[in-house]
Amino acid sequence: MTQPVLEIDNLSVQFNLKRGVLRAIDQISFEIGKGETFGLVGESGSGKSVTARAIMRLIPSPPGEIATGTVRFQGRDLYQMPDKEIREIRGQNIAMVFQEPMNALNPVFTVGSQIGDALRTNMGMSKQEARERTIEMLQLVGIPSPNDRVDNYVHEFSGGMRQRVMLAMALSCDPTFLIADEPTTALDVTIQAVILELITSMIERFDMSLLFITHNLGVVAHACDKIGVMYASHIVEVGTKEEIFANPQHPYTVGLLRSIPRLDVQSKFLTPIDGTVCNMMEPPPGCKFNPRCSHAMDICRERIPEFKELSPGHFAACHLHDQPTV
Amino acid sequence: MSEYLLEVKNLVKYFTLNGDFVSRVAGKTQTVKAVDGIDFYIRPGETLGLVGESGCGKSTTGRLITRLIEPTDGEIKLHGEDLLAFPPKRMRETRKNVQLVFQDPYASLNPRKTIMDILSRPLEVHNLATTWYEKRERVLELLNLVGMGSEHIDRYPHEFSGGQRQRIAIARSLTVNPELLIGDEPVSALDVSIQAQILNLLRELQEKFSLTYLFIAHDLAVIRHISDRVAVMYVGKIVETGPVTTIFNDPQHPYTKALLAAVPEADPKKPPPRLILKGEIATPIDPPPGCRLQGRCPIATSICGEVEPKLETVDTDHQVACHHL
Ligand SMILES: Nc1ncnc2c1ncn2[C@@H]1O[C@H](COP(=O)(O)OP(=O)(O)O)[C@@H](O)[C@H]1O
Ligand code: SF4
Ligand code: SF4
Ligand SMILES: [Mg+2]
Repeated sequence: MTQPVLEIDNLSVQFNLKRGVLRAIDQISFEIGKGETFGLVGESGSGKSVTARAIMRLIPSPPGEIATGTVRFQGRDLYQMPDKEIREIRGQNIAMVFQEPMNALNPVFTVGSQIGDALRTNMGMSKQEARERTIEMLQLVGIPSPNDRVDNYVHEFSGGMRQRVMLAMALSCDPTFLIADEPTTALDVTIQAVILELITSMIERFDMSLLFITHNLGVVAHACDKIGVMYASHIVEVGTKEEIFANPQHPYTVGLLRSIPRLDVQSKFLTPIDGTVCNMMEPPPGCKFNPRCSHAMDICRERIPEFKELSPGHFAACHLHDQPTV
Repeated sequence: MSEYLLEVKNLVKYFTLNGDFVSRVAGKTQTVKAVDGIDFYIRPGETLGLVGESGCGKSTTGRLITRLIEPTDGEIKLHGEDLLAFPPKRMRETRKNVQLVFQDPYASLNPRKTIMDILSRPLEVHNLATTWYEKRERVLELLNLVGMGSEHIDRYPHEFSGGQRQRIAIARSLTVNPELLIGDEPVSALDVSIQAQILNLLRELQEKFSLTYLFIAHDLAVIRHISDRVAVMYVGKIVETGPVTTIFNDPQHPYTKALLAAVPEADPKKPPPRLILKGEIATPIDPPPGCRLQGRCPIATSICGEVEPKLETVDTDHQVACHHL
């Protein structure tokens, strides 16, 4: 296999707060290959966005701190690079889109001047070149009359159009890697369908890799090849989407899939996961899912299960998969 | 006595936008046709799911029925009696019967009051319990009903998770023994594993107390799960209404079809989501004549831009508003 574009190995990020230490992600490992689309799912607070920010080296420090592990991009350790290089990587190689485009786009500049500025700084284009490229990008993401809209401000676009503008900005510098953090969560379902289709076609067209973060299992089922499931700061399972949906190996993944109401069958009662997610400042010892897990055993309350490969490409962290001891 | 617990006829709510200074001086105002002549009914003990995308008028409909806002036109009948004609005293009594649960329970629970205070307040207002002991008993009973232990009674809202707060909000709505519960996106802010808990709770309570639900949501899978019948709204209008299996297995209106096709199902073997409509959601501000979907509909013809389609009955309980069925 060729070298993965992104390799996250044993990464932990913690926030040293007055109230105590909060481990937002704890010893997580996964890789994303060239052209691969990886969906990171999990409930709110599980650590998905912190993972994204850690990849971009955007964890505020203090209070944040990389406690363990490494992040490698195209083979190079992002945390061993000088600031100048990481800025170049952020400008040219890794792009990011968010749930709320208003946070990424500046309201006081026109869309054209923002994207144009980024192109001039990152790609060394002239003013004229940058403007032409911006119009081309707006056209590509399906903004009608891009020649006029390039001079509009962000608030002059609807929610779905703003998401397109952000995508145009993210893609303008030809990134090889796109991180999308809940890009469709705030959108209506019909607009979500359009944006998903757009992201998918852009990934193919530009041969990018994708890290897609969402709490919506329906979205990853269609937008991603591989899926990672997070629970309370751990990645508990990774596999192809076919494996995750048809053959889940971690009780949390199983519970999550069972809780979703379905569009094709009606049932009187759903099968929820009991209880609530643990307090991240005082997680339970052992497997963090143990208070909610119907399979929990003594060892689950004592030892954190090892994250291991059960079949090629399918990983899970659960004591149910421990070798039986003789 | 009416067959329906709630019946809504030609319900209309317009809001006037004054716009900026220039248009005000010019005497120009804009009308937001938030709810524009809708009809529906709910039978006792059933759940009507009201579904549609943001801004289509779902929440306004819920607020109109509780009379948190007054309609521009139309009728709202409870057990066949015109709610809008009730004198204030009768209306106060009736308010008890119709309770609203919101998406964000935190915003609707006073952060400075304990759960005991929050849940005993409606008991006091409606004279349902007088002594401290009676109130405490009833509050404990309510907590138990929504699956919360008695140890929570003296705690404050911020000490609870989103799912627990929603349980408290549901308990509060039950203090006054309502007949009709209107849920305005009551599970939308919750993570799926918790959402399933609350949906099950709502189902149990419905059976226990023969409650009638108007369940408002934008999530089609949630609507499919909870509803007996469904009404689909688009820009202030109900475009299709019918039994839940009809709406999901055999939708007739182009908008219902488009909405269903756009849902990404949590199953990679299902077809990917796609949008079969052109463009984006129309605005309810001064909409053009004819069908609200005309600019986006793949089968529109000239009549769609001229004549507004009315809801026509196509089968028992199944009504569709479209010129080209
Ligand atoms: N800057 C910060 N300071 C302190 N805690 C933080 C900060 N950012 C995130 N967290 C905490 O880290 C955990 C994971 O958060 P996040 O990655 O945003 O979750 P998700 O994206 O999965 O919803 C949460 O408990 C959150 O409160
Ligand atoms: S390790 Fe134990 S508690 Fe954790 S998921 Fe597996 S069986 Fe459940
Ligand atoms: S009335 Fe015309 S525009 Fe409206 S949904 Fe039917 S075919 Fe489409
Ligand atoms: Mg997040």
